[in-house]
Amino acid sequence: MTDSAPHRTALYDEHVRLGARMVPFAGYDMPVQYPTGILAEHNWTRENAGLFDVSHMGQCVISGPGFEAVAKAMEKLVPADILSLAPHQQRYSQLLSEEGGTLDDLMITRLAEDGTLYVVVNAGRKDHDYEWIERHLPRGVSLQVAGGLSLMALQGPKAEDVLAKHAPQLRALKFMHYADAEIAGIRVQVSRSGYTGEDGFELSVSNAEAAKLWTLLLSDPAVKPIGLGARDSLRLEGGLCLYGHELDETISPVEADLLWSIQKRRRSEGGFIGAARVQKELADGVSRKRVGIKPEGRAPARDGTVITDTAGRQIGTITSGGFGPTVGGPIAMGYVETQSSVPGISVHLVVRGTPMPAQIVKLPFIPNRFKR
Amino acid sequence: MTVKYSKDHEWVTVENGIATIGITNHAQEQLGDVVFVELPAIGRKVEKDGDAAVVESVKAASEVYAPVSGEVVEVNKELEGDPAMVNRDAEGDAWFMKVKLANPSELDGLMDKAAYDAFVNG
Repeated sequence: MTDSAPHRTALYDEHVRLGARMVPFAGYDMPVQYPTGILAEHNWTRENAGLFDVSHMGQCVISGPGFEAVAKAMEKLVPADILSLAPHQQRYSQLLSEEGGTLDDLMITRLAEDGTLYVVVNAGRKDHDYEWIERHLPRGVSLQVAGGLSLMALQGPKAEDVLAKHAPQLRALKFMHYADAEIAGIRVQVSRSGYTGEDGFELSVSNAEAAKLWTLLLSDPAVKPIGLGARDSLRLEGGLCLYGHELDETISPVEADLLWSIQKRRRSEGGFIGAARVQKELADGVSRKRVGIKPEGRAPARDGTVITDTAGRQIGTITSGGFGPTVGGPIAMGYVETQSSVPGISVHLVVRGTPMPAQIVKLPFIPNRFKR
Repeated sequence: MTVKYSKDHEWVTVENGIATIGITNHAQEQLGDVVFVELPAIGRKVEKDGDAAVVESVKAASEVYAPVSGEVVEVNKELEGDPAMVNRDAEGDAWFMKVKLANPSELDGLMDKAAYDAFVNG
Protein backbone atom coordinates (compact mmCIF):
# COMPACT_ATOMS: atom_id res chain seq x y z
CA MET A 1 0.00 0.00 0.00
CA THR A 2 2.82 2.41 0.85
CA ASP A 3 4.65 1.56 -2.38
CA SER A 4 2.01 3.12 -4.61
CA ALA A 5 0.69 6.66 -4.74
CA PRO A 6 -1.17 7.54 -1.54
CA HIS A 7 -4.93 7.16 -1.47
CA ARG A 8 -7.14 10.20 -1.12
CA THR A 9 -10.24 10.42 1.02
CA ALA A 10 -13.44 11.85 -0.43
CA LEU A 11 -12.60 15.07 1.44
CA TYR A 12 -9.15 15.56 -0.15
CA ASP A 13 -10.24 18.54 -2.26
CA GLU A 14 -11.82 20.17 0.81
CA HIS A 15 -8.53 19.89 2.73
CA VAL A 16 -6.58 21.42 -0.14
CA ARG A 17 -9.15 24.20 -0.47
CA LEU A 18 -8.77 24.94 3.27
CA GLY A 19 -5.00 25.25 2.86
CA ALA A 20 -4.12 22.08 4.78
CA ARG A 21 -0.60 20.71 4.79
CA MET A 22 -1.03 17.20 3.41
CA VAL A 23 1.25 14.39 4.55
CA PRO A 24 1.35 10.68 3.78
CA PHE A 25 -0.16 8.70 6.66
CA ALA A 26 -0.99 4.98 6.59
CA GLY A 27 -1.14 5.01 2.81
CA TYR A 28 -3.32 8.14 2.60
CA ASP A 29 -2.64 11.78 1.89
CA MET A 30 -4.01 13.34 5.08
CA PRO A 31 -4.16 16.87 6.53
CA VAL A 32 -1.61 17.18 9.36
CA GLN A 33 -2.65 20.78 10.03
CA TYR A 34 -4.58 23.69 8.56
CA PRO A 35 -3.10 27.21 8.32
CA THR A 36 -3.85 28.17 11.95
CA GLY A 37 -1.53 25.42 13.18
CA ILE A 38 -1.64 22.55 15.65
CA LEU A 39 -1.76 24.62 18.88
CA ALA A 40 -4.74 26.69 17.75
CA GLU A 41 -6.53 23.58 16.42
CA HIS A 42 -5.91 21.71 19.67
CA ASN A 43 -7.21 24.56 21.80
CA TRP A 44 -10.21 25.10 19.52
CA THR A 45 -11.25 21.49 19.96
CA ARG A 46 -10.99 21.73 23.76
CA GLU A 47 -13.11 24.88 23.82
CA ASN A 48 -15.46 24.63 20.83
CA ALA A 49 -15.85 21.87 18.26
CA GLY A 50 -13.24 20.40 15.91
CA LEU A 51 -14.05 18.51 12.71
CA PHE A 52 -11.68 15.70 11.72
CA ASP A 53 -11.53 13.65 8.52
CA VAL A 54 -10.83 10.10 9.67
CA SER A 55 -11.98 8.41 6.47
CA HIS A 56 -8.67 6.58 6.25
CA MET A 57 -9.83 4.31 9.05
CA GLY A 58 -11.33 0.95 8.12
CA GLN A 59 -15.09 0.51 8.35
CA CYS A 60 -16.61 -2.95 7.98
CA VAL A 61 -19.66 -4.93 9.04
CA ILE A 62 -19.79 -8.46 10.34
CA SER A 63 -23.06 -10.27 9.86
CA GLY A 64 -24.54 -13.72 10.14
CA PRO A 65 -27.69 -15.68 10.89
CA GLY A 66 -28.45 -13.77 14.10
CA PHE A 67 -26.94 -11.67 16.85
CA GLU A 68 -25.91 -14.58 19.02
CA ALA A 69 -24.01 -16.28 16.21
CA VAL A 70 -22.25 -13.05 15.20
CA ALA A 71 -21.45 -12.05 18.79
CA LYS A 72 -20.06 -15.48 19.61
CA ALA A 73 -17.89 -15.37 16.49
CA MET A 74 -16.59 -11.93 17.48
CA GLU A 75 -15.94 -13.04 21.06
CA LYS A 76 -13.43 -15.55 19.66
CA LEU A 77 -11.49 -12.58 18.28
CA VAL A 78 -11.69 -9.96 21.03
CA PRO A 79 -11.68 -9.99 24.85
CA ALA A 80 -14.67 -7.62 25.18
CA ASP A 81 -18.15 -8.83 26.10
CA ILE A 82 -20.04 -8.70 22.80
CA LEU A 83 -22.97 -10.95 23.75
CA SER A 84 -24.19 -8.41 26.29
CA LEU A 85 -24.17 -5.50 23.80
CA ALA A 86 -27.59 -3.92 23.56
CA PRO A 87 -28.75 -2.83 20.10
CA HIS A 88 -26.91 0.40 19.20
CA GLN A 89 -24.35 -0.04 21.97
CA GLN A 90 -20.64 0.32 21.23
CA ARG A 91 -17.53 -1.12 22.86
CA TYR A 92 -13.79 -0.58 22.53
CA SER A 93 -11.70 -3.72 22.24
CA GLN A 94 -8.55 -5.28 20.77
CA LEU A 95 -7.67 -8.03 18.33
CA LEU A 96 -5.14 -10.28 20.05
CA SER A 97 -2.64 -12.74 18.62
CA GLU A 98 -2.44 -16.35 19.83
CA GLU A 99 0.40 -15.13 22.09
CA GLY A 100 -1.81 -12.42 23.58
CA GLY A 101 -0.11 -9.45 21.92
CA THR A 102 -2.23 -6.71 20.38
CA LEU A 103 -2.81 -6.88 16.61
CA ASP A 104 -4.99 -3.78 16.58
CA ASP A 105 -7.52 -1.90 18.66
CA LEU A 106 -11.01 -1.30 17.36
CA MET A 107 -14.55 -0.09 18.00
CA ILE A 108 -17.42 -2.56 17.79
CA THR A 109 -21.05 -1.46 17.53
CA ARG A 110 -24.15 -3.62 17.51
CA LEU A 111 -26.26 -2.06 14.81
CA ALA A 112 -29.75 -3.37 15.43
CA GLU A 113 -31.89 -6.25 16.58
CA ASP A 114 -30.68 -8.49 13.75
CA GLY A 115 -27.25 -8.24 15.30
CA THR A 116 -24.98 -6.95 12.56
CA LEU A 117 -21.76 -5.57 14.05
CA TYR A 118 -20.22 -2.39 12.68
CA VAL A 119 -16.47 -2.36 13.25
CA VAL A 120 -13.94 0.46 12.86
CA VAL A 121 -10.23 -0.41 12.74
CA ASN A 122 -7.02 1.56 12.32
CA ALA A 123 -6.04 2.74 8.84
CA GLY A 124 -2.59 1.19 8.89
CA ARG A 125 -3.96 -2.18 10.02
CA LYS A 126 -7.14 -2.59 8.02
CA ASP A 127 -5.87 -5.01 5.36
CA HIS A 128 -4.29 -7.13 8.06
CA ASP A 129 -7.37 -6.97 10.28
CA TYR A 130 -9.88 -7.88 7.56
CA GLU A 131 -7.79 -10.89 6.60
CA TRP A 132 -7.35 -11.93 10.25
CA ILE A 133 -11.01 -11.54 11.12
CA GLU A 134 -12.22 -13.37 8.00
CA ARG A 135 -9.81 -16.21 8.62
CA HIS A 136 -11.27 -16.74 12.11
CA LEU A 137 -14.98 -16.35 11.39
CA PRO A 138 -17.05 -19.55 11.40
CA ARG A 139 -19.08 -20.63 8.38
CA GLY A 140 -22.16 -18.44 8.01
CA VAL A 141 -20.66 -15.34 9.59
CA SER A 142 -18.92 -12.97 7.21
CA LEU A 143 -17.14 -9.64 7.00
CA GLN A 144 -18.01 -7.03 4.40
CA VAL A 145 -15.75 -4.04 3.94
CA ALA A 146 -17.94 -0.95 4.00
CA GLY A 147 -16.42 0.60 0.92
CA GLY A 148 -17.75 3.90 -0.27
CA LEU A 149 -18.03 5.31 3.23
CA SER A 150 -16.32 8.33 4.73
CA LEU A 151 -15.83 8.91 8.44
CA MET A 152 -15.52 12.22 10.22
CA ALA A 153 -15.33 13.11 13.88
CA LEU A 154 -16.90 16.17 15.50
CA GLN A 155 -15.26 16.62 18.89
CA GLY A 156 -15.40 19.17 21.68
CA PRO A 157 -17.76 20.72 24.22
CA LYS A 158 -19.87 22.39 21.50
CA ALA A 159 -20.18 19.28 19.30
CA GLU A 160 -23.58 18.40 20.78
CA ASP A 161 -25.00 21.88 20.18
CA VAL A 162 -23.76 21.85 16.60
CA LEU A 163 -25.33 18.50 15.73
CA ALA A 164 -28.51 19.20 17.68
CA LYS A 165 -29.30 22.10 15.35
CA HIS A 166 -29.74 19.52 12.60
CA ALA A 167 -30.82 16.48 14.59
CA PRO A 168 -32.12 17.43 18.08
CA GLN A 169 -32.53 13.80 19.13
CA LEU A 170 -28.74 13.37 19.12
CA ARG A 171 -28.53 15.33 22.38
CA ALA A 172 -29.91 12.26 24.11
CA LEU A 173 -27.44 9.86 22.48
CA LYS A 174 -25.31 8.33 25.23
CA PHE A 175 -21.52 7.88 25.22
CA MET A 176 -20.53 4.71 23.34
CA HIS A 177 -23.93 4.46 21.64
CA TYR A 178 -25.02 4.68 18.03
CA ALA A 179 -27.95 6.17 16.14
CA ASP A 180 -29.10 6.61 12.56
CA ALA A 181 -29.79 10.25 11.81
CA GLU A 182 -30.53 12.59 8.98
CA ILE A 183 -28.65 15.85 8.77
CA ALA A 184 -29.90 18.26 6.11
CA GLY A 185 -31.23 15.32 4.15
CA ILE A 186 -27.97 13.37 4.42
CA ARG A 187 -28.16 9.89 5.94
CA VAL A 188 -25.54 9.68 8.70
CA GLN A 189 -24.60 6.87 11.06
CA VAL A 190 -23.65 8.57 14.29
CA SER A 191 -21.82 7.24 17.32
CA ARG A 192 -21.04 9.19 20.45
CA SER A 193 -17.34 8.50 20.78
CA GLY A 194 -14.01 9.87 19.72
CA TYR A 195 -10.31 10.14 20.29
CA THR A 196 -9.77 13.49 22.00
CA GLY A 197 -10.94 13.02 25.60
CA GLU A 198 -13.81 15.40 24.80
CA ASP A 199 -17.48 14.71 24.26
CA GLY A 200 -18.06 14.17 20.59
CA PHE A 201 -19.42 12.15 17.71
CA GLU A 202 -18.16 10.05 14.83
CA LEU A 203 -20.17 10.38 11.64
CA SER A 204 -20.17 7.74 8.94
CA VAL A 205 -21.54 8.96 5.63
CA SER A 206 -21.43 7.95 1.97
CA ASN A 207 -18.44 9.27 0.01
CA ALA A 208 -20.92 10.94 -2.35
CA GLU A 209 -22.31 13.12 0.45
CA ALA A 210 -19.18 13.49 2.59
CA ALA A 211 -18.14 16.89 1.23
CA LYS A 212 -21.69 18.20 1.64
CA LEU A 213 -21.80 17.17 5.32
CA TRP A 214 -18.25 18.44 5.94
CA THR A 215 -19.07 21.85 4.44
CA LEU A 216 -22.36 22.08 6.30
CA LEU A 217 -20.73 21.36 9.66
CA LEU A 218 -17.87 23.78 8.95
CA SER A 219 -20.38 26.53 8.20
CA ASP A 220 -21.20 26.58 11.93
CA PRO A 221 -19.08 29.27 13.61
CA ALA A 222 -18.30 26.86 16.47
CA VAL A 223 -16.61 24.39 14.12
CA LYS A 224 -13.11 24.42 12.61
CA PRO A 225 -11.23 21.72 10.70
CA ILE A 226 -8.58 19.89 12.73
CA GLY A 227 -5.66 17.89 11.35
CA LEU A 228 -3.81 14.78 12.46
CA GLY A 229 -1.26 16.84 14.41
CA ALA A 230 -3.80 18.09 16.91
CA ARG A 231 -5.57 14.73 16.86
CA ASP A 232 -2.35 13.27 18.24
CA SER A 233 -1.80 15.93 20.94
CA LEU A 234 -5.46 15.69 21.99
CA ARG A 235 -5.41 11.89 22.33
CA LEU A 236 -2.07 12.01 24.17
CA GLU A 237 -3.48 14.42 26.76
CA GLY A 238 -6.53 12.14 26.92
CA GLY A 239 -4.27 9.18 27.77
CA LEU A 240 -5.55 7.22 24.76
CA CYS A 241 -3.48 4.50 23.07
CA LEU A 242 -2.17 4.85 19.52
CA TYR A 243 -1.54 1.59 17.69
CA GLY A 244 2.14 1.22 16.84
CA HIS A 245 3.07 3.22 19.93
CA GLU A 246 1.25 2.17 23.11
CA LEU A 247 -0.01 -1.02 21.47
CA ASP A 248 1.76 -3.55 19.29
CA GLU A 249 2.13 -7.31 18.82
CA THR A 250 4.30 -7.63 21.94
CA ILE A 251 1.97 -5.70 24.27
CA SER A 252 -1.05 -7.25 26.01
CA PRO A 253 -4.14 -5.25 26.97
CA VAL A 254 -3.31 -5.95 30.63
CA GLU A 255 0.10 -4.30 30.27
CA ALA A 256 -1.59 -1.45 28.39
CA ASP A 257 -3.87 -0.86 31.39
CA LEU A 258 -6.95 -1.59 29.26
CA LEU A 259 -8.51 -4.02 31.73
CA TRP A 260 -11.60 -1.79 31.85
CA SER A 261 -12.28 -2.91 28.27
CA ILE A 262 -12.34 -6.60 29.25
CA GLN A 263 -15.63 -7.24 31.01
CA LYS A 264 -15.83 -9.61 33.99
CA ARG A 265 -17.36 -12.61 32.25
CA ARG A 266 -14.64 -12.59 29.61
CA ARG A 267 -11.87 -12.35 32.19
CA SER A 268 -13.05 -15.50 33.97
CA GLU A 269 -14.36 -17.46 30.98
CA GLY A 270 -11.65 -16.59 28.48
CA GLY A 271 -12.43 -18.26 25.16
CA PHE A 272 -10.81 -15.60 22.98
CA ILE A 273 -7.59 -15.78 21.00
CA GLY A 274 -4.79 -14.71 23.35
CA ALA A 275 -6.78 -15.53 26.50
CA ALA A 276 -4.04 -17.70 28.00
CA ARG A 277 -1.68 -14.74 28.39
CA VAL A 278 -4.38 -12.34 29.53
CA GLN A 279 -5.66 -14.73 32.19
CA LYS A 280 -2.14 -15.55 33.37
CA GLU A 281 -1.36 -11.83 33.68
CA LEU A 282 -4.60 -11.27 35.56
CA ALA A 283 -3.59 -13.96 38.04
CA ASP A 284 0.15 -13.29 38.34
CA GLY A 285 0.47 -9.62 37.38
CA VAL A 286 2.52 -8.05 34.59
CA SER A 287 6.19 -7.09 34.50
CA ARG A 288 5.61 -3.76 32.73
CA LYS A 289 2.75 -1.30 32.60
CA ARG A 290 1.63 1.69 30.56
CA VAL A 291 1.96 4.94 32.51
CA GLY A 292 1.73 8.68 32.11
CA ILE A 293 4.98 10.61 32.41
CA LYS A 294 5.39 14.29 33.17
CA PRO A 295 8.84 15.78 32.47
CA GLU A 296 9.71 18.41 35.08
CA GLY A 297 11.45 20.73 32.62
CA ARG A 298 10.28 22.18 29.32
CA ALA A 299 11.95 19.67 26.98
CA PRO A 300 9.59 17.17 25.33
CA ALA A 301 10.74 13.54 25.44
CA ARG A 302 9.78 11.75 22.24
CA ASP A 303 8.84 8.19 21.30
CA GLY A 304 11.81 5.89 21.98
CA THR A 305 13.28 7.91 24.84
CA VAL A 306 14.85 5.67 27.49
CA ILE A 307 13.33 5.88 30.99
CA THR A 308 15.70 5.14 33.90
CA ASP A 309 15.35 5.15 37.67
CA THR A 310 17.10 7.98 39.48
CA ALA A 311 20.21 5.77 39.73
CA GLY A 312 20.39 5.47 35.93
CA ARG A 313 19.16 1.89 35.43
CA GLN A 314 16.79 1.55 32.47
CA ILE A 315 13.26 0.75 33.62
CA GLY A 316 11.32 1.49 30.44
CA THR A 317 10.78 3.41 27.22
CA ILE A 318 8.55 6.24 26.09
CA THR A 319 6.03 5.26 23.40
CA SER A 320 4.44 8.70 22.72
CA GLY A 321 5.80 12.02 23.83
CA GLY A 322 5.39 15.62 22.94
CA PHE A 323 3.89 18.88 24.05
CA GLY A 324 0.46 19.04 25.62
CA PRO A 325 -1.08 22.39 24.70
CA THR A 326 -3.83 22.20 27.35
CA VAL A 327 -1.39 20.91 29.98
CA GLY A 328 0.97 23.70 28.90
CA GLY A 329 4.08 21.57 28.90
CA PRO A 330 5.67 18.35 27.81
CA ILE A 331 3.83 15.06 28.44
CA ALA A 332 4.44 11.43 27.53
CA MET A 333 3.20 7.88 27.82
CA GLY A 334 5.38 4.82 28.01
CA TYR A 335 6.02 1.46 29.60
CA VAL A 336 7.93 0.97 32.85
CA GLU A 337 8.59 -1.98 35.14
CA THR A 338 5.47 -2.57 37.24
CA GLN A 339 7.18 -1.73 40.55
CA SER A 340 7.99 1.73 39.11
CA SER A 341 4.54 2.36 37.64
CA VAL A 342 3.09 4.07 40.71
CA PRO A 343 2.11 7.74 40.27
CA GLY A 344 4.50 10.05 42.10
CA ILE A 345 7.65 8.00 41.46
CA SER A 346 10.60 10.05 40.19
CA VAL A 347 12.34 8.84 37.04
CA HIS A 348 14.83 10.16 34.51
CA LEU A 349 14.29 10.52 30.77
CA VAL A 350 17.45 10.35 28.69
CA VAL A 351 16.99 13.17 26.18
CA ARG A 352 19.94 13.72 23.82
CA GLY A 353 22.21 11.89 26.25
CA THR A 354 21.20 13.93 29.29
CA PRO A 355 19.04 12.51 32.12
CA MET A 356 16.04 14.81 32.65
CA PRO A 357 13.92 14.54 35.80
CA ALA A 358 10.31 13.42 35.34
CA GLN A 359 7.49 11.89 37.33
CA ILE A 360 5.14 8.97 36.79
CA VAL A 361 1.61 10.43 36.78
CA LYS A 362 -1.95 9.19 36.59
CA LEU A 363 -3.63 9.14 33.16
CA PRO A 364 -5.31 11.01 31.57
CA PHE A 365 -3.41 14.30 31.75
CA ILE A 366 -6.66 16.22 31.50
CA PRO A 367 -9.95 14.84 32.80
CA ASN A 368 -12.08 13.16 30.14
CA ARG A 369 -15.34 14.94 29.41
CA PHE A 370 -17.29 12.07 27.93
CA LYS A 371 -21.06 12.34 28.14
CA ARG A 372 -21.96 9.33 30.25
CA MET B 1 24.27 43.86 6.88
CA THR B 2 24.47 40.87 4.54
CA VAL B 3 22.53 37.79 5.51
CA LYS B 4 23.80 34.38 4.43
CA TYR B 5 21.85 31.15 4.40
CA SER B 6 22.68 27.46 4.80
CA LYS B 7 21.10 24.44 3.11
CA ASP B 8 19.97 23.36 6.57
CA HIS B 9 17.83 26.51 6.80
CA GLU B 10 19.91 28.61 9.16
CA TRP B 11 20.67 32.27 8.58
CA VAL B 12 23.80 34.08 9.67
CA THR B 13 24.93 37.71 9.83
CA VAL B 14 28.45 38.81 10.79
CA GLU B 15 29.63 41.87 12.67
CA ASN B 16 33.21 42.34 13.94
CA GLY B 17 33.96 38.63 13.57
CA ILE B 18 30.86 37.56 15.55
CA ALA B 19 28.22 35.56 13.67
CA THR B 20 24.58 35.82 14.76
CA ILE B 21 22.72 32.61 13.87
CA GLY B 22 19.05 31.70 13.68
CA ILE B 23 16.65 29.54 11.67
CA THR B 24 14.96 30.87 8.56
CA ASN B 25 11.36 31.91 8.22
CA HIS B 26 10.88 29.00 5.82
CA ALA B 27 12.19 26.64 8.53
CA GLN B 28 9.77 27.93 11.18
CA GLU B 29 6.88 27.63 8.72
CA GLN B 30 7.80 24.01 8.09
CA LEU B 31 8.15 23.28 11.82
CA GLY B 32 4.87 24.82 12.86
CA ASP B 33 4.26 25.93 16.45
CA VAL B 34 7.61 25.95 18.27
CA VAL B 35 7.24 24.82 21.90
CA PHE B 36 10.84 24.32 23.04
CA VAL B 37 14.31 25.58 22.20
CA GLU B 38 17.54 24.11 23.58
CA LEU B 39 20.54 26.41 23.24
CA PRO B 40 24.24 25.55 23.48
CA ALA B 41 26.35 26.42 26.52
CA ILE B 42 28.39 29.61 26.36
CA GLY B 43 31.95 28.72 25.47
CA ARG B 44 31.03 25.60 23.52
CA LYS B 45 32.89 25.16 20.26
CA VAL B 46 30.53 24.39 17.39
CA GLU B 47 31.61 22.89 14.08
CA LYS B 48 30.25 23.94 10.72
CA ASP B 49 27.29 21.65 9.90
CA GLY B 50 27.46 20.10 13.39
CA ASP B 51 24.69 20.11 16.03
CA ALA B 52 24.38 23.45 17.78
CA ALA B 53 20.83 23.72 19.15
CA VAL B 54 17.48 21.94 19.14
CA VAL B 55 14.10 23.35 18.18
CA GLU B 56 10.92 21.40 18.90
CA SER B 57 7.44 21.85 17.53
CA VAL B 58 4.33 20.12 18.85
CA LYS B 59 5.07 17.27 16.46
CA ALA B 60 8.82 16.76 16.38
CA ALA B 61 12.33 17.72 17.43
CA SER B 62 14.75 19.18 14.88
CA GLU B 63 18.46 19.86 15.12
CA VAL B 64 19.78 23.32 14.42
CA TYR B 65 23.18 23.04 12.73
CA ALA B 66 25.94 25.61 12.97
CA PRO B 67 26.38 27.19 9.52
CA VAL B 68 29.90 28.26 10.59
CA SER B 69 32.51 27.02 13.09
CA GLY B 70 33.44 28.91 16.23
CA GLU B 71 32.93 29.47 19.92
CA VAL B 72 29.50 30.31 21.31
CA VAL B 73 29.77 33.70 23.01
CA GLU B 74 26.10 34.51 23.60
CA VAL B 75 22.69 32.77 23.36
CA ASN B 76 19.19 34.20 23.16
CA LYS B 77 17.85 33.28 26.61
CA GLU B 78 14.48 34.85 25.74
CA LEU B 79 13.74 31.89 23.49
CA GLU B 80 13.70 29.53 26.45
CA GLY B 81 10.80 31.37 28.06
CA ASP B 82 9.05 32.28 24.81
CA PRO B 83 9.84 29.67 22.16
CA ALA B 84 6.90 30.90 20.03
CA MET B 85 9.04 33.95 19.25
CA VAL B 86 10.66 31.71 16.63
CA ASN B 87 7.33 31.62 14.79
CA ARG B 88 6.77 35.35 15.15
CA ASP B 89 10.19 36.68 14.15
CA ALA B 90 12.53 33.89 13.00
CA GLU B 91 14.91 36.13 11.09
CA GLY B 92 14.88 38.98 13.61
CA ASP B 93 14.44 38.93 17.40
CA ALA B 94 14.40 35.14 17.53
CA TRP B 95 18.12 34.63 16.83
CA PHE B 96 19.57 31.56 18.56
CA MET B 97 23.26 32.19 19.24
CA LYS B 98 26.29 34.34 18.58
CA VAL B 99 29.48 32.58 17.57
CA LYS B 100 33.03 33.95 17.37
CA LEU B 101 34.08 32.93 13.88
CA ALA B 102 36.94 30.44 13.73
CA ASN B 103 37.21 30.45 9.97
CA PRO B 104 35.59 33.44 8.23
CA SER B 105 36.14 31.87 4.79
CA GLU B 106 33.36 29.38 5.63
CA LEU B 107 30.93 32.20 4.93
CA ASP B 108 31.84 32.01 1.25
CA GLY B 109 30.19 28.61 0.97
CA LEU B 110 26.81 29.90 2.16
CA MET B 111 23.97 31.20 -0.03
CA ASP B 112 22.81 34.77 -0.44
CA LYS B 113 19.09 35.62 -0.19
CA ALA B 114 18.38 35.09 -3.89
CA ALA B 115 20.15 31.73 -3.94
CA TYR B 116 18.39 30.57 -0.74
CA ASP B 117 14.96 31.58 -2.04
CA ALA B 118 15.66 29.66 -5.23
CA PHE B 119 16.87 26.68 -3.13
CA VAL B 120 13.67 26.68 -1.06
CA ASN B 121 11.31 27.16 -3.97
CA GLY B 122 13.20 24.91 -6.36
